[in-house]
Amino acid sequence: MSDRPMISIENVSRYYGVYKALDDVSLQIGEGEFFSLLGPSGCGKTTLLRSIAGFDVPTSGEIRIDGVASTLLPANRRPTNMVFQNYAIFPHLDVGENVAYGLKRLRLDAAEERRRVADALDQVRLTGLDRRKANELSGGQRQRVALARALVMRPKVLLLDEPLSALDKKLREQMQVELRSLQQAVGITFILVTHDQYEALALSDRIAVMFGGCIAQVATPKEIYQHPRTRKVADFLGGMNFLRARLLADRKGDVSVDAAKFGTVNLAKPVGFTTSDGHVTVGIRPERLRLLWDDEKAPHELTGRVENRAYFGEVTHLTIGVDGLEQPLSMVETNDYGADDLPVGAEIRLAYDPDAFVLLADDEMGLRAR
Amino acid sequence: MSTAAIASSPEKPAPAKGIRWLHGEEARGLAMISPTLLYALALLLVPVLLVIAYSFWTQNYLEIDRTFTFENYRLALTEPIYRDLFVRSLWISMLTSAITVVFSYPIAWYISFHGGPHKNLWLFLVTIPCWTSYLLRVMSWKVILGYGGVLNTGLMAAGVIDQPITSLLYNANAVVITLVHSWAAFAILPIYVSLQKIDRSLIEAARDLGDGAVRSFLRVTLPLSMPGVISAFLIVMIPTVGDYVTPKLVGGKDGVMIATAIQAQFGKSANWPLGAALSVTTMVLVSLAAAAVVLSLRFAVRRLR
Repeated sequence: MSDRPMISIENVSRYYGVYKALDDVSLQIGEGEFFSLLGPSGCGKTTLLRSIAGFDVPTSGEIRIDGVASTLLPANRRPTNMVFQNYAIFPHLDVGENVAYGLKRLRLDAAEERRRVADALDQVRLTGLDRRKANELSGGQRQRVALARALVMRPKVLLLDEPLSALDKKLREQMQVELRSLQQAVGITFILVTHDQYEALALSDRIAVMFGGCIAQVATPKEIYQHPRTRKVADFLGGMNFLRARLLADRKGDVSVDAAKFGTVNLAKPVGFTTSDGHVTVGIRPERLRLLWDDEKAPHELTGRVENRAYFGEVTHLTIGVDGLEQPLSMVETNDYGADDLPVGAEIRLAYDPDAFVLLADDEMGLRAR
Repeated sequence: MSTAAIASSPEKPAPAKGIRWLHGEEARGLAMISPTLLYALALLLVPVLLVIAYSFWTQNYLEIDRTFTFENYRLALTEPIYRDLFVRSLWISMLTSAITVVFSYPIAWYISFHGGPHKNLWLFLVTIPCWTSYLLRVMSWKVILGYGGVLNTGLMAAGVIDQPITSLLYNANAVVITLVHSWAAFAILPIYVSLQKIDRSLIEAARDLGDGAVRSFLRVTLPLSMPGVISAFLIVMIPTVGDYVTPKLVGGKDGVMIATAIQAQFGKSANWPLGAALSVTTMVLVSLAAAAVVLSLRFAVRRLR
């Protein structure tokens, strides 16, 4: 990130009547960054993106784009361009005319305009399709046209509103790879709105997770997956086994808790951590639990029995009941040793690493990222 | 209803063709439309054919001479009186349609884009004038435009004019004013429908790509609402060419249109073949004019890109 943020959002709120779509959101996005706004539907991520694009005016707060106060600037005067969720391809124009749409206003000479349209189509690998009618395009092609039409304007920021949600899984994964390499090629800021946590993890430099109009956490994909701040963030980004643990010691940089059958666990203490009743929520990812086979030994073990089993091809998801734990544990096991053949009711042993536990803030306490 | 339709269906398949056809989607569709189709054939197609047939015959006092002749068409196309009436009818109907569309578009646009949750109420209000008789609506324009009418007395009371304007009523302008008012609702509805169908994100995309409100309207909204504009234009133009009541009531000498001449041939002059020839010529001219309008509107919009 450079010194000056490309996008700076300062205390932005948006009310629809009494409904708070955005609640005092502050955020900075750097130049050339691939940034994702991740959250369930209705969390305010699209409202925030539309405020950056100029389609929605915040009730209060300020948006600066490349240092320019832009809160009230209309969409056509912002250095941003958008890829719409349904792509918004002009049905009365062909592919070339769609891509050239924004260039017309610049009054380039014909050769220059043609060159820029051709370059943009090359960039999204639609070379030579400029005479194609809008209704003759597949979903993937429509998306590429929408990308080319935005990129040809050479925006400072490209906004993407759930651009991959209308595509089938295979094509979506292919477009994710292309989107990432496209962003690295053009080097401009991309802001992606998505509800798909894997998409956000795979594409982004940083992710903001939003719930109920607030940003719950902003961090790199790895940080946000491994060290989610709150229970909700942890839950939204994949599976997590939650435990109520009793606080044993509250030291300067870390805490010790009694995590029931898992024994005493030491955890790093997040900033602003408090507890009122002497209990905290800790979590461990399913893939950090491991089955022990035959007489294999591990420093930290637990016994339990298989309550449920779901086969996912390369992995098997197991639900393990452990005496003394309120909730059964979820775990993910590769099928190399035969986890897919474990009968329900089988007695198993599992290994865990106490360092894999994270301390999670309760949601009321930790909803607002600082 | 559908059993009755099937019973009266003329498209009963030949038994040899097998029973499968009878149960097909197509057969059911034909059965559904067959009452309407029969009605249309009997009361639309047959009379039109009859008119076309008459136009090639000759009136011989009380009898019809059924030898084939182009004489009626020669008269219809060369007599200056008919030529003038054709030109005037087409001109009045084109002008009426153009003005109606120009006035209706903003209303339709407003309802579609800013009607909020009350769009249906707005549309209902638009149709209210149609609840009174067409004749009454035309008559009320006589009251408004007349020598001692609402407009003249109003303007005089306001001190804008000293004496009544005599050029308001009984001329082509009066016909156009009255027709525009009569047909506005029929133009607003198709334009509204085509505006409703426009995906709002297309307009946002235009704004996003740098267009201001006016340019995005000209480059996206207007071209995409063109089907509505064209149908509004035709819906108004085609019936008004042959309008009889309005010119008769508010047109005076200068507002006479072709329908009056046709009526005269079928009535007082008792020359049905000439009346038929005039009718057919009108139909052809309207079709040509309609095609010309459609093509030129399409061309004009393409230029906007």
